[in-house]
Amino acid sequence: MKDGAAPAENDGDGMLDRLRRGDEATFRSLVRKHHASMVSFARSFLRDRSAAEEAVQDSWMAVISGIGSFEGRSSLKSWIFAIVANKARTKAKRDGRMVPFSAFGSADEPAVDAERFTPEGSWASPPGSWSDINPERIVAGRQLLAHVMAILETLPAAQRTVVKLRDIEGLSAPEVCDVLEISEANQRILLHRGRSRVRQGIENLMAGQASPEVQGEPEGGPQAGP
Amino acid sequence: MLTCREITELANGYLDHELPLLSWAQVRMHLLMCAHCRRYIDQLADAVNLLKGLPQELPPAEVEEKLIACLRDQGVTRLPE
Repeated sequence: MKDGAAPAENDGDGMLDRLRRGDEATFRSLVRKHHASMVSFARSFLRDRSAAEEAVQDSWMAVISGIGSFEGRSSLKSWIFAIVANKARTKAKRDGRMVPFSAFGSADEPAVDAERFTPEGSWASPPGSWSDINPERIVAGRQLLAHVMAILETLPAAQRTVVKLRDIEGLSAPEVCDVLEISEANQRILLHRGRSRVRQGIENLMAGQASPEVQGEPEGGPQAGP
Repeated sequence: MLTCREITELANGYLDHELPLLSWAQVRMHLLMCAHCRRYIDQLADAVNLLKGLPQELPPAEVEEKLIACLRDQGVTRLPE
């Protein structure tokens, strides 16, 4: 992991100093903040939950032993996630279960199903209307955010991992490339495909159906496109 | 002129301000004329905002305590307030 960017979140309140001095309360807050995400992330490499939890426990030990030499030029979070990636990769290799991350990608998947466009590339089945996209809105018996979490879990592993790191954990594109050891182009494609699937999932939900083929009837009609 | 299908492939780069200037201008021009693609871009932005608003999951209390016990073994201690 390169220690290159210069994020501001690392040490605004002396957190790094307290971590280096081995302060339990500061470690506890770090554990609360990141542990569940780290286990979820480790499962990108290790399907087995207990193996992922072991890798994360090893990662915490590495955080403690390495915090003294962490220079703070990258964000603490991306440094921690890079440690998890290394521990999980090592464990997956040792167990003979290593799947190259890039093998999960699907570069030729369109953002929107090709059948929704005319042969000329205009919308034949345009996006349906979403009213009131409030996260706490109840749709089909549960909050919209709960649906979004469920949609996220249906994504292919590589897309899900990149979307979580970028949009939920807030890592930058270069940080995600470093942590996952993927190219910038690969990162961009995975994020694009993943977000497109999440949008499609919400569209399906709003249209009250489970399949991706949605017939919308927005203002202007299909001829509104150029 | 870009097609609607091409816009959906550029939408993410447009939202993340990652498009080259020419592509950005072509997307802008298309959006001025196409209500469907404006809606598509707005919905993609809504989806990203919902993702950004997902709550952080906390570790189970017993996992947290077990981990803190391991960390204590590694020299983590309670510092004075």
